[in-house]
This record gives sequence, structure tokens and C-alpha cells, in this order.
Amino acid sequence: MKFVAVTSCPTGIAHTYMAAEGLEQAAQAADHTIEVETQGSAGFDRLSPETIAAADAVIFAVGVPVRERARFAGKPLVEADVKKAISDGPGLIAQAVAAAEAEAANPTAARAGSPAPAAGGLSTKVDQHASTGTRIRQWLMTGVSYMIPFVAAGGILIALGFMLAQAAWGETGAILVTKVPLADIISGFNPGSAQDWAALLFQTGVASFGFLVPILAGFIAFAIADRPGLAPGIVGGALAGVVGAGFLGGIAAGFIGGFAALWISRWKVPKGMRGVMPVVVIPLLSVFITGLVMIVVLGRPLKALADGLASWLNGLSGANLILLGVILGLMMAFDMGGPVNKVAYTFATTGLASATTATGGTSLKIMAAVMAAGMTPPLGMALATTIRRRLFSEAERENGQAAWLLGASFITEGAIPFAAADPLRVIPSGMLGSAATGGLVMLFGNTLRAPHGGIWVTPLIGSPLLYVLAIVIGTLITTAAVVTLKAAGPGPVRDALDEVEMVSV
Amino acid sequence: MSLITEKLVVLNLDSADRHVATRVLAEALVGEGRVTDLDGFLADVRKREEQMPTGLPGGIGIPHARSAHVTEPSLVFGRATGGIDWGAEDGPATLIFLIAAPEGGDEAHLKILAALARRLMRTEFRQSLMNAPDATTVVDVVTREVVNP
Repeated sequence: MKFVAVTSCPTGIAHTYMAAEGLEQAAQAADHTIEVETQGSAGFDRLSPETIAAADAVIFAVGVPVRERARFAGKPLVEADVKKAISDGPGLIAQAVAAAEAEAANPTAARAGSPAPAAGGLSTKVDQHASTGTRIRQWLMTGVSYMIPFVAAGGILIALGFMLAQAAWGETGAILVTKVPLADIISGFNPGSAQDWAALLFQTGVASFGFLVPILAGFIAFAIADRPGLAPGIVGGALAGVVGAGFLGGIAAGFIGGFAALWISRWKVPKGMRGVMPVVVIPLLSVFITGLVMIVVLGRPLKALADGLASWLNGLSGANLILLGVILGLMMAFDMGGPVNKVAYTFATTGLASATTATGGTSLKIMAAVMAAGMTPPLGMALATTIRRRLFSEAERENGQAAWLLGASFITEGAIPFAAADPLRVIPSGMLGSAATGGLVMLFGNTLRAPHGGIWVTPLIGSPLLYVLAIVIGTLITTAAVVTLKAAGPGPVRDALDEVEMVSV
Repeated sequence: MSLITEKLVVLNLDSADRHVATRVLAEALVGEGRVTDLDGFLADVRKREEQMPTGLPGGIGIPHARSAHVTEPSLVFGRATGGIDWGAEDGPATLIFLIAAPEGGDEAHLKILAALARRLMRTEFRQSLMNAPDATTVVDVVTREVVNP
């Protein structure tokens, strides 16, 4: 078998190298090959991505945390103290063999860090197709785990801004707070003004949200191509925002940027060129290619799609309101901030702007349906992570806690980490719940006189109790759907930020 | 540059505990002008030792530190026939390697120390140090195996 290992220790001059020697001797004695990355004081030469990709298992024999750990994400892993490699190299190699065999026998179990199945269990071979799917999920999960802090920070700041705004301005506070120009806060921030604080929280949260898609795309590309992937991924993610492609566009940008960088970094170039490859050639070409694809190839069809959907929705205005609510719900949950979601949201807010103040108008019902349908995806995911923890990775579970507040504040983005990590199961689940909620809101005849704000604009909602009921029902449907779908398929991918459990034999 | 000299070999290291033994070995470094402040250096070694004792299976102890009081990368070799408890589970240490690295030492120096650490894992290397009749032999073995392999 082929293994890779990382060794490290606090001082970085002795144990690191002794452990490397111990592992190499043990691997050689057992007829395996191993390449060890010694992360000591003498710096470290990174194992090549190809070497890591080819390894059957990874051994961490470390006294201080592994640097750039994400490079090893998803590999069968044996983790031990650095001293273990010095005193018992053969034991660690044996554990690595067991971890690799467990992976081959049952990919999901080994990756999820659950105990290795007993020998003689299922011995399905990992076919090429399955392993590609697994790698895709690992790439997505890497992007998601780096994105989550931006979601949590931004979402909670915005929610706090709404809360404080409601106290500072009264019942329309959540609307007014978004209208305070950033320039006014910069030039005249008054520490004694609750309104200024609310606007500050809101604006900071919005700034954090600006990074969601670039970071998601950047770290998907990073997982694919290592460091060269970051620049094209992040730029592509930013462009996904510019062309209104949302997080699904960001995922596309991550793949485009990652593979562009990977492809270029594998070019065979003359020795004299090698020095300028990482600093000039790879970033220049990979960013350019990604930009070209995002703007030219994706930009125009997306705009056409958005325009088409918008005129279609306008044509539906006279139709059955409940059906309209269902459709708007499906659209809100489909891409959570992407083009389809934006069309539905803009449709609602445009109607709101031209609506008469008379309550009960169709425009106000549409706005109510759209907001409620945008609240259930994060709420549904939050509930799912609470009742079925094992179906989610550690990073997702933590994001689930923030998702309660985000969902309640109509910050649909709270569900993006879940959707980006596992789009095929999470997006349909979210759409089911949102469709139900959108239809129910229309059935109940709820109205809303604010374009956003979630529970913080409750005074502006008509029949709030029924409104909450519609949201609860949609949330339960989304939870039930996602739990059912997740339980049926492969388990969560262990990501770079998760605590790694030791694979023991 | 020499990693070790004959004055940095202590063949009859008989001390009550590892801290006293470390001090004896460190004094050799002061004598050779490789450590400028004995107590400062010992404090650095002790700090590392307190994170986790550096005794290893097979009867070896490797007290070590990167320290601002060290002028060049050095090895002091001590042989304690009676054994000194160095915190290893399988018993006291008989071969003690005090490794001193300057703070921010350059890469060439650190690579030599890395090579030394790797040799410590080789049974033959340990055995020839165990059997060395005198300091000159120890210096020869280390120089041959580590400095000019």
C-alpha cells in the first residue's frame, strides 16, 4: 500500500524527524511505501497533491496541529501522538492498513470516522463512479466549512440589527435600518444612538454576507487544486455575485476555477519558466479563464432565465393565489439568493412598492408568502440538525444552531451551507417545505407590509398566528424530507474543520 | 561547523535525576562557548521537558531546546551506565542526547539536527555509541553518520 504521513512536535527539531524515521522503517519492513512530510523548524516540503491523492491512507503523528490540514481531507486517517510513531511505528502502519481496508470495504463508514467494520464485512469494490461522487462531496464540504463563519457572523449581525432597529424605530424599524446609508454611519456615528448601532450591525452583517459565495467558490477550488485554486475560485465566486448566479453559480465558479488552476499547474514547462508559474502564469490564466466562463458563458443565459421567469410570474398574477404561493415557495427555496430566488423576491417587493395601503391586497399576500417561504429552509435544517445529529457533519451541526436565528429573521442564506454541501438532497427538501408554506400563507390570507425582517416585523403581519402555523408546517415538512433523504444515502463527509476521530483497530 | 566535539561527550554521566544530568551536559556547552547563559538555556530545555518528558523507549533521553542563548547547533552526548529516569515508560535512559539549537537557526543547521534525530532511530547508531570506548570514537561516529553521511 501507499501511505503519506505528517509528523510534527513542539520544538520541531527532534521528535518530528525521529517519528518520520520510525514510520519509514516500519513501512519498509512491511513492504509498503510511505512519504513523510516533516513539519519541523527546517520548514516543510509539501507532499505533492498527486502523492496525497494516490495514498491509501494518511497518518498524522503529531505533537502540534497539522499545517494545511485541508489537503488531506477525506482520506482514511490514523492520528496519533508523535511519540507513538517513535515507539511503535509498526503499530501505526498496521492501523493505517486497517483504515485503508475499511475504506475500501465501506467508504462511507471509514470517512465518517465511525469505527471500522469488522473484517469480512461488505467487500464492495469502490468503483470509479462512486469515488468521483465522494470526491465531489468532499470538495463541496471544504468550501462550505470555510464559508460557515461568514454565514454565522453575517446572519447574526443582520438579525441583531433588525432586533435593535425594532426597539429604536418602532414597528417599521427593520425596514428603516436598511435605508441608512453607510456613508452616514461613517461620518456621523453616534455611540448614544440605538439607530446608529442597529445600522452598524446591519451593514457589517451585509459586508460579511458579501463573502459567502466568493469564499465558498474559493475553497471548493482550493480543495480541488490546493493553493493555486484560491484566486480563480474567489474571483469566480465574486463574479457569480455580479452576474446574479447565487451560490449555485458559486459552486460552478469553484469547479471552473479549481480545474483551470489544476490543469495549468500540471503543464510541463521548461525549467526557466517554473519560477514564474505559481506567481504569475497560473493565477493570471486561471483567473482569466474563470472570468471568461462566468461572464460570457453563464452571464447571458442567467439573465435570460431571470427575465423569462419574471415575465412568466407577471402573467400568473391573475391566476389561483394558492398555486402562485406554491410556485413562489418553490422558487424561493431553489437557490436561496440565486437568480430564481431573486426573481420571486423581486416580484414580491415590486408589488409591495406599488401596493395601496389598503390591507388585504394581493401584493401584500404575495409578500407574506415569499417571506414565509424564505424562512422555512434554514429553520427546517436547524431542526434537522437538532433531532438527527448523526446525519450532519460537525460544521453543519454548529451552523444549524445559527440557522434558527437566521431562519426566524428571514435570512434564507442560513441554509446555504447545507445546500452547498449536499445540493441534491437539501434543495428539494427545502423546496417542499417552502412550497407548502407559500401555499398555506395564501390559503390563510396573511399579509405583510415589509419586504424583509422575519419575526422582527411581526407587527406588520396580518394574522400572525396563522402565519407562524404556516411556517411551522413548512419547517416540519423540510425537516422530515431532509432527514428521510439523508438517512437513505451516504453519511456526512468529514471536513477539514471537523474534529477527527482516531481510527482504531 | 562541528555538531559535537570531544569536550561535548560525557561518558560517565551519573546524576540523581534528569535535571541535574541536563545541567552537567549543558555546562559542557558553556565550556565550549556554545551557550552564553547556562540558566537561561536550562530554563528553555526545562520548558520543553515539562510539556512532556523526552525519554523514549530503548533507554534514550533527548532533552532539547531552541534557545536564544545558543550560538551554534550542538549535540552533547552523555552515557549513564546506571540509567537516569527520563520519563519513558519502559525504564531509565542510558544514552542522553542534549540537542541545542539556536533561535532562528538557518536551514542548513536545522537539517543537520534533523539528520541527527533520524539517526537516533537506528539501532546500529545507538549501539555504536553505547560501545564507543572513548570520546574520540563518539565524535567520529556522529560526524560520519550525521554531519558527512
